[in-house]
Amino acid sequence: MSDTCRINAVISSARPRVVAALLRHFRDLDLAEEACQEACLRALRLWPMQGPPRDAAAWLIMVGRNAAIDAARRRQRLTPLPDEDAISDLSDNEEATVERLDAADYRDDILRLLFVCCHPELPATQQIALALRIVSGLSVAQIARAFLVTETAMEQRITRAKRKIGNANVPFEAPGAVERSERIAAVAGVVYLLFNEGYTSDVAEQGARATLCEEGIRLGRLLLQLFSVEPEIMALLALMLLQHARADARFDAAGQAVLLPNQDRSRWNPNFIAEGLALVDKALRHRRPGPYQIQAAIAALHARVARAEDTDWAQIALLYGALEQIQPSPVVTLNRAVAVSKAEGPAAALDMIEPLCEQLDGYFYFHGARGAFLLELERPGEAKVAFDRAIALANTPAEAAHIRLQLDRLAGAPRTGDAKKERVKNS
Amino acid sequence: MQYAILCYHDENVVCAWSKEQDDAVMAKLAVVQEKAVRQGKLGPVARLLPTTAATTLRKDREPAIVIDGPFAETKEHLLGFYIYDAENLEEALAFARELAEVNPGGSYEIRPVGVFKDGKQAP
Repeated sequence: MSDTCRINAVISSARPRVVAALLRHFRDLDLAEEACQEACLRALRLWPMQGPPRDAAAWLIMVGRNAAIDAARRRQRLTPLPDEDAISDLSDNEEATVERLDAADYRDDILRLLFVCCHPELPATQQIALALRIVSGLSVAQIARAFLVTETAMEQRITRAKRKIGNANVPFEAPGAVERSERIAAVAGVVYLLFNEGYTSDVAEQGARATLCEEGIRLGRLLLQLFSVEPEIMALLALMLLQHARADARFDAAGQAVLLPNQDRSRWNPNFIAEGLALVDKALRHRRPGPYQIQAAIAALHARVARAEDTDWAQIALLYGALEQIQPSPVVTLNRAVAVSKAEGPAAALDMIEPLCEQLDGYFYFHGARGAFLLELERPGEAKVAFDRAIALANTPAEAAHIRLQLDRLAGAPRTGDAKKERVKNS
Repeated sequence: MQYAILCYHDENVVCAWSKEQDDAVMAKLAVVQEKAVRQGKLGPVARLLPTTAATTLRKDREPAIVIDGPFAETKEHLLGFYIYDAENLEEALAFARELAEVNPGGSYEIRPVGVFKDGKQAP
C-alpha cells in the first residue's frame, strides 16, 4: 500500500472528530467544513515528507482552526464589523486545544455533529445526504451518484438542508443524559438508513452504493467506540456486518438477485460474520433487548448455518414476533409471515398477512410474498394476480426480473410442479 | 527461544482500509510468513477481531467484574500476534522487520515466550 493510501486512510478515520471539533469552535457548518478541507489539503502536502503526526486528529483540528481564523482575519480587513461570536475561544492556545481533545470531547462532538445531521425537520434523504457530506466527507458528486440524481440537484439538496439547520438555531451545548439517549437512537437510525440505501441497491449501482454500506459500517464502529457498553449499538454494527457479509453472493454473474436460500454461502465473508456473531453474543449478555438486537439475532441465525435447509425458521418466527411487540409494523408482520410459512406452511402465513392487504397494497414485497404463498398453496390464478401487482411495483430491474421468473414458472410448469418439490426441500 | 511478536496498530486506521487495501497487505504478509513456515520457525499466528468485540474481566475487585471493550484505552491496539522460533533477539527482530516492510504503520512488540502450550497435548 502506498503512502498516499495510508495517509488517506488516516485522514478519513480522523475526519468526523475534526469536523466535529471545528463545528464546536466555529458554530457554522460551512466554515467547519472549509477549515477541515484546508487542513486535509495541507496534510496531503506535508505528511508524505514528514510522516503523519502521532495524533492526526489533533493536528488537523489545530491546522484547520488556524487556517480558518487567518482566512476570517483576511476577510475582516475587507469588510467591517468583525463577528466576535462566530469565532469563540480566540485566546485558546494550542496546548489547551490538545488537552481538550480527550475521549469525552470526541464523544460529545461527534454525537452533536451526527445529531445536527439528524435534525428532525429534515426529511430522511436530506439527513443521509448531509451526514455523508459533513461526517463522512464524501464529495457531492459521489453522493449524487449514490442517489442517482444530478450533481446540481444534490448540491441544492445539501444547501437546503444546511440552510434549514442554520435557521433552526440548533443548540451546540453538551447534551444532557436524556437528550443523549434520544440522540443515540436518532443517530443509530441515520447510520442504519445510510447502510440500507446501499444495501437495497441494484447490481448496476453496486459500485457507487457499496460505499454507502462500508461507510455505514465505519460509522457504526465509531459509534461503538464512543458507546462501548450500549447493546443496541453493538447490535447495529453486528447487523450491518452480517448483512454486508452476503454482498458478493446476492447477485449472480448476470446481475440477477439471488435469494437467501439459493446463495452460494462459500461466498459470504467469514470475517464479517465472525465479528458480527461475536458482537451479537456480547450484546445479548446485557439482557436489555432492543430492535437492533432482535434483527441482528435473526441475521445471526441465517449466518450460523452452512446450508439453507438447516435454517431455524421457528426461532426466526419467534424473534420477528418479539420485534412486532417492540416495534409494531406491517412490514415486520410480513417478515414474520415469511418465517411462519417456512416453519408451519403457507396457509398460516397467508392468514397472517390477509389483514395487511390495505396497508401494504403499494408495497412490492407484500405482493411478492403473497404470490409465493398462493403458489405454494396451488392457487395459481390468484398467485398470478399477486405477481402481476408485484411486478408493477418493483423498484429495481432485479426485483422485476425475479418476479418475472416466478410468472414464467407459473405459465410453464405443470400445476403441481415446483411448488411441491420446494415444500419437501424446506421441511 | 520462542518469541511472541505482538502487532499493534491504530484500529481506526486499519478499519478504514478498503477491502482491497486489506487484501493487499495480507497477501504481502503471507509471502513473508510462508518463508518462515518453510524454515519451520513459525508457530501459531492470530489476527484478532477489533477491540469493539472485546470483553474484559477485571480481577482487581471482588467479585471480578466483566466490562465491555478492551483492557485499556490506548492509541494503538493489539491486533494480532505471531509465535516465532528464533536463535536470538536479532533473528526475531529481522523477521519483524520483514513483516514491517510490507505492513504500513503501527508497531511490533517482540517478547520472549516463557511458557507455551499449543493446547493439543493430551492432559
